[in-house]
Amino acid sequence: MSTVIYVDGLRKTYGTTVAVDDISFEVHEGEIFGMVGPNGAGKTTTIECLEGLRKPDHGQVTVLGVNPQHDGHLLCTCTGMQLQQSNLPERMKVWEAMDLYSSFYPNPTSWEELLTQLGLEEKRNSPFSKLSGGQKQRLFIALALLPDPQLIFLDELTTGLDPQARHAIWDLVRDVRSRGKTILLTTHYMEEAEKLCDRVAILDHGRIVALDSPEELIRSLGAEELIIFNVDSALPPAFEQVISKLGRMEKQGDRVVIHGKGNTAHLVSEVVSQLSLQGIQFRDLRTEQPTLEDVFLNLTGREMKD
Amino acid sequence: MKCLLKMTWMEAKLFLREPVGAFFTLAFPLMMLFLFGSIFGNAPSPVLNNQGSVDISVPAYTAMIIATTGLMGLTITMAAYRENGVLRRLRTTPISPLVVLAAQVIVLFMMTAFGMVLLIIAGKLVYHLRFEGNALNVLAGFVLCCLSFFAIGFVLAGLMPTARTAQVVGLALLYPMLFLSGAGYPRELLPETILKVANFLPLTYVVTLLRGLWVGDPWSQHLTEVLVLTGILVVGVIISIKTFRWE
Repeated sequence: MSTVIYVDGLRKTYGTTVAVDDISFEVHEGEIFGMVGPNGAGKTTTIECLEGLRKPDHGQVTVLGVNPQHDGHLLCTCTGMQLQQSNLPERMKVWEAMDLYSSFYPNPTSWEELLTQLGLEEKRNSPFSKLSGGQKQRLFIALALLPDPQLIFLDELTTGLDPQARHAIWDLVRDVRSRGKTILLTTHYMEEAEKLCDRVAILDHGRIVALDSPEELIRSLGAEELIIFNVDSALPPAFEQVISKLGRMEKQGDRVVIHGKGNTAHLVSEVVSQLSLQGIQFRDLRTEQPTLEDVFLNLTGREMKD
Repeated sequence: MKCLLKMTWMEAKLFLREPVGAFFTLAFPLMMLFLFGSIFGNAPSPVLNNQGSVDISVPAYTAMIIATTGLMGLTITMAAYRENGVLRRLRTTPISPLVVLAAQVIVLFMMTAFGMVLLIIAGKLVYHLRFEGNALNVLAGFVLCCLSFFAIGFVLAGLMPTARTAQVVGLALLYPMLFLSGAGYPRELLPETILKVANFLPLTYVVTLLRGLWVGDPWSQHLTEVLVLTGILVVGVIISIKTFRWE
């Protein structure tokens, strides 16, 4: 697996504010790497240093084997960038934007195909200002894909979108990755990082407080996992006895909550097999696992706020 | 080169889709011409140095178009592009900022020239417009005036923090200048004191140069205008380069 982005000891200050404080990480080819954290954690500053839009105060940054400060022009032609707070002229039509931007690159992919792939075919004659938030972001992804890049930067791609549009964008990003492209994205939605990214760096106050796959981060928390179901009749003592070895059981009227530690798959199968073994009628069984949100809470002692 | 052409064509379409800009560049000067033409006709008048009202209006309104595109069109477009993140998006592509600026200048120059051509055609067809100058000299003077005012536009766009302030400041500079410089209202009818104030307005030099070349004055008679406008151009370009911001 080759390294696409290499960052070592990156530091960037604005006046007396330290935006990014000694950050180091690597992004590997073909992965979706996410930087997640609250606003002001230093995500955008980091991504802009990688894009060559900002100059780091300290540290080494290598993107696709080059220094973005010295070879920014090279990066412009072989990476795709979607920026926070960028726009197109209001009256520019979708097809015109694609046509214009494709003229900037030496070997652009066919923009007609991109519009179809991104579901913008019907909107090709719509002016930019008439697009919905989700359509604008899809257009920005299409523009980022025009140079047929190896690496794509997506900065706060789904901020301000409704859940449905957000899920559609996630599918798109997964689809882009499946075509062998590497993606570095930032988000302040923990759920997005958890569902979408192969590896996640959690940033807070300009530092990386954790970096691993979402599953590993959650597992490292060692938090309780819940199994919840409803029963119509009282539970036999034999069942309670078996379960007490696996975890703590709590009864709230018809509802039973089992707090278990460790491997959920194992716990669920154990509970379900005990239920059927003892002929207990149950309904609405579900499990609740800790999320990345809980990881952040645990690491920083406070909740993520939008 | 290909992307400059595409960019220019795109900006031209965007210009024509923006009704306000297209109106003030192409339609409004024609309306003025027909309005005052229908009131005063184009008979030579001693008050106007034996020229007709339309004869002096065509170069004067051309100056008006130059000032409008430079101070309004260019300033607002560039400031809005910066404020809305249009330039920010372009910055992540391999094209140079010069392409963006050049496309803007080419389009506004073409639109301004188109506005002037409409005035000339209307003047010829309806009012038997008289022209005693050298067409090439007029064209050269026109180019200098345009570039000089576009440079002012870029300076304003660079200095103003938002598109809104750029618009307000552009308008505040443009309107008094239109009436005091002789662009929107014949200079011959203005009092002496106002003419003295007008000497401090860049547009006055545009009006004087274009009207002079229109009636066939030699360049030697307009060295002051050429010097002032060239000076504005050079200083404007230097300040624009220093103040250009992508975001």
